[in-house]
Amino acid sequence: MRSPLAVFFIVLFLAVNVLFMLAPTAMLAIQAVFDDDGAFTLEYFQALAQYQYASSFENSLILSLLSATVGVIAGGLIAFAVLKDDAPRWLRSVVTSFSAVAANFAGVPLAFSFIATLGTLGLLTKLLKTWGIDIYAAGFSLYSIGGLTLVYSYFQIPLMVIIFFPALEALRPSWREAAENLGASTWQYWRLVGLPVLAPSLLAAWILLFGSAFSAYGTAYALTSGNIALVTTEISAVLSGNVVSEPQIGAALSVGMIVVMVLVLLASNLLSARAARWSVKS
Amino acid sequence: MNRLGLGGWAILVLAAIFFITPLVMTATFSFWEGGDRYGFDSYRILLHSPKLFESAWLSIQLSLASVLALLVLLVPAMIFMNLYAPRLRPVFEFMATLPFVVPAIALVAGLSALFTGPEWLIGTPFYLVVPYFFLGLPYAYRAIDVGLKSIDLDTLTEAGQSLGASLGQIIRLVVLPSLRSAMLGSALLTLAVVFGEFTFANVLLFHTYAVYINEIGQHDPTEAAALSVASFLLTWAAMLGVLVLGGGRRPAVGGR
Repeated sequence: MRSPLAVFFIVLFLAVNVLFMLAPTAMLAIQAVFDDDGAFTLEYFQALAQYQYASSFENSLILSLLSATVGVIAGGLIAFAVLKDDAPRWLRSVVTSFSAVAANFAGVPLAFSFIATLGTLGLLTKLLKTWGIDIYAAGFSLYSIGGLTLVYSYFQIPLMVIIFFPALEALRPSWREAAENLGASTWQYWRLVGLPVLAPSLLAAWILLFGSAFSAYGTAYALTSGNIALVTTEISAVLSGNVVSEPQIGAALSVGMIVVMVLVLLASNLLSARAARWSVKS
Repeated sequence: MNRLGLGGWAILVLAAIFFITPLVMTATFSFWEGGDRYGFDSYRILLHSPKLFESAWLSIQLSLASVLALLVLLVPAMIFMNLYAPRLRPVFEFMATLPFVVPAIALVAGLSALFTGPEWLIGTPFYLVVPYFFLGLPYAYRAIDVGLKSIDLDTLTEAGQSLGASLGQIIRLVVLPSLRSAMLGSALLTLAVVFGEFTFANVLLFHTYAVYINEIGQHDPTEAAALSVASFLLTWAAMLGVLVLGGGRRPAVGGR
């Protein structure tokens, strides 16, 4: 049985996607390869090799690599500690709900929180100064890649906690008991059983975190105000006309971002297919 | 034994310090009135600013409109796709993945390149509902997909039809009730995400709540801190809603 209503809704959904998602994306690819006179050219992609744009890609990649790594390690350890047998039961619900909040507390408000805390006039900065520790004199800056990594960790770590709980729970206690019965030490269990089983989900989580940092815009915009060029802030500068550069450069930068994200997603799909091997239904 | 030793506690305490410090500092900073004086000044100023309420009201309207668009466009399409056109599933999966692959800033670049008119579409703030639909799409798709997989749609539909129910009755009385928690969960998540959304609104020059916070922050850090505290509490309220509504209820019918 086919109802016209069903056809209507399916076609409507697909049409909205094609018109407002696929078409704008295709438009970017087209815009990036035609100059103002409508002639085909690769000069805008070649322009990405200029210092300004190349360094924005470099900064974005470094920031995403660093904050994803910090997020995976710290978030993984927190999730691991919370799921221990003798951890209090309330701890788990507190950590879960706080993580859900903090993972969604990104963008401009997050940037201002950290400016109020660790900015040049931040409360913690001043407090540490009264104790004789001048962090800015010691080389720290909130407005650097390191500072941005710290700020990004505030949403990356909770994101990791949320993603990683299910993977950790899939580690079956019987595997551990079997290893112990066969005389394995804790170290041997983790090296030979735990980590190999978790490795694909760890990598998949890392890739997701990488993507979330790579496409983040609000936090960086409010924090860097041009000090550090990131791809997202470069694109917005082109779009808002703050810098003198052709719109094609913005399109080429956007296509570059999409290419990075496609590669990231392909890698993630490969790895989660591997991870699925071990998640046998119990 | 799998015990939470000294190391485990150390990790948790360090994490607590890292996550609580900025909140406490920001809250304290929002009460700062210069010198050694602390008080409610920045909150008072904000409460008397009509722009705050205008921008917050706009963001609330946009959130509600985006949730509505998402539910009206996505839920029926997914139900019908599962019932009549399961072969379209890969297409739907692809559409739900695209917003991950095309970052917000790239989508807004594409939208501005493609649509330079008509004015009734791009001139109103409700144009933002278009990109916000895609912001919520991946989450809502996942949640509703899980919800649909947890019920045996084909069997339920056949059972309903053999009992003489029309398709509309089946969807209204059987399918939608079992999707309620998935729909509520994705609705609240979309509300929270759209309410604080900055990228699209900032580039397309609409005065939403997040754009307002950024404007305030350029000249008054204590007021910006006050607004940051307020948005943290708002995010928390929305997420508590997600946890309570999304986690508490099991589907009422079906199951394998």
